[in-house]
Amino acid sequence: MDPSNTLDSAFAPSENVVAREIEGEIIIVPLVAGMGDTDDELFTLNETGRAIWQKLDGRRSLRQVIEELATEYEAAEGEIEADVIGIIEELSRRKMVSPK
Amino acid sequence: MNKESNPYTVRKRLDEAVLWPDRAPKLGGMDIELTERCNLNCIHCYINQPAGDREIQAGEMDTDRVKTVLKEAADLGCLSVRFTGGEPLIRPDFTELYLFARQLGLRIILFTNATLITPDLAEILARTPPLEKIEITVFGMSPESYRAVTGRPDAYSTTMRGINLLLEKQVPFIVKGVLLPANEKDVPAFESWAATLPWMDEPPDYAMFLDLRARRDSVEKNCGIRQLRYSPEEGMRFLLRRPEYHRTEMIRFCKKFLSGPTDRLFPCGAGKGVCVDAYGRAQLCLTLRHPDTVYDLKNNSLDTMFLKFTPEIRKMVARNPDYLKRCARCFLKGFCEQCPAKSWMEHGTLDTPVEYLCDVTHKQARNIGLLNENERAWDVTDWKARINSLE
Ligand code: SF4
Ligand code: SF4
Repeated sequence: MDPSNTLDSAFAPSENVVAREIEGEIIIVPLVAGMGDTDDELFTLNETGRAIWQKLDGRRSLRQVIEELATEYEAAEGEIEADVIGIIEELSRRKMVSPK
Repeated sequence: MNKESNPYTVRKRLDEAVLWPDRAPKLGGMDIELTERCNLNCIHCYINQPAGDREIQAGEMDTDRVKTVLKEAADLGCLSVRFTGGEPLIRPDFTELYLFARQLGLRIILFTNATLITPDLAEILARTPPLEKIEITVFGMSPESYRAVTGRPDAYSTTMRGINLLLEKQVPFIVKGVLLPANEKDVPAFESWAATLPWMDEPPDYAMFLDLRARRDSVEKNCGIRQLRYSPEEGMRFLLRRPEYHRTEMIRFCKKFLSGPTDRLFPCGAGKGVCVDAYGRAQLCLTLRHPDTVYDLKNNSLDTMFLKFTPEIRKMVARNPDYLKRCARCFLKGFCEQCPAKSWMEHGTLDTPVEYLCDVTHKQARNIGLLNENERAWDVTDWKARINSLE
């Protein structure tokens, strides 16, 4: 994944998953086979993951997402960028998000 | 709980206590009986109605109604829904409902007799997996046994065809049995075959202490079911063919669930989840159909049920003197299958002890050393010490 191109793209949850927010937990439920799901485990997002995920609406570019998060969390953009790229790589590998 | 090296997604065990240590979703789980009709006519069945009964079909929730209930359940935080019946696959809109539920992010546990699984359905289940193992009841290991139990000579081959379609498409399922005089000779063959199935981590479970008709709708059928029931002694003999497994399971259960005597009718988990019947009426659990405990969803929501109706039902206490003398003082209540639902099925009340289940429970408790010969559970006062000393 080339970060410079990626930052200009907008990402959204892929059609392979449904994300549900239940009592503060974001649970990612696979809709297709082979996403590493089992019948006694499920995928959730940690706190950083959740903050980023909620902004992946297919409209905002990752650059915008980073700017917004940097303001909201009063953190350095570089730090946030590492997290945003990290989660996009991870979720892309899992086929849980796709570029729009 | 993080079992993987990925920093952002976390794999967690599907367990409310792990997912929500401080507060649970409003709705823990939902059973939905898509129909009471079934293409088979099992001699022991507690619920089935004829497949072609138009009048019954006309009273069932239509597609939109079922979708509304599913949506409400998802909104209340429900993670898993059990599709059961009757035979749920008999509904022409089954696939539509299944895919709708999956799109809501619900995990589906499908209870089926497998006879109506088609190549198309197997493909759909492979592409959009239920995320929970399908549960198939198998009624014997030969066409003759199937004929004797289900009334349908072709049901054995159609069941096996359905199962093979799931195997071909690698759709996970488990099988369960029902122990009946007509199929008990098949048990060894059933268990050897079950052990070859890829998702059977444990030996199959059996329904054996049979329920009477849940709607109390047929004296004749109830008579038949009573005749099919194994005596507590016969039941024990069957359970003890794997003595170690049985003992370990029993002790685990007793340590976890026996919580002492109470006159409350629902010390169990009834009401944490919900069961919606084929006609859109909500019950606290699958077999509890006493009219006083049923909530009609036609003009009401699941949310109001949880807010107003369920808490009132859960407060109910027993009044029947016989119950107060026995069950209300009995430490085996969490283990005994006697409960308001069984009382309803057997006697049409909520608080009448069911002698058959009482005998079965005493037999099992004696077997693991919780009771002495001739001792009655409601006379025991040192029950905590007895449970603690089990090993
Ligand atoms: S297949 Fe199941 S629902 Fe149908 S008659 Fe048999 S036990 Fe009842
Ligand atoms: S074992 Fe007997 S007394 Fe105890 S709860 Fe069951 S029916 Fe009641």
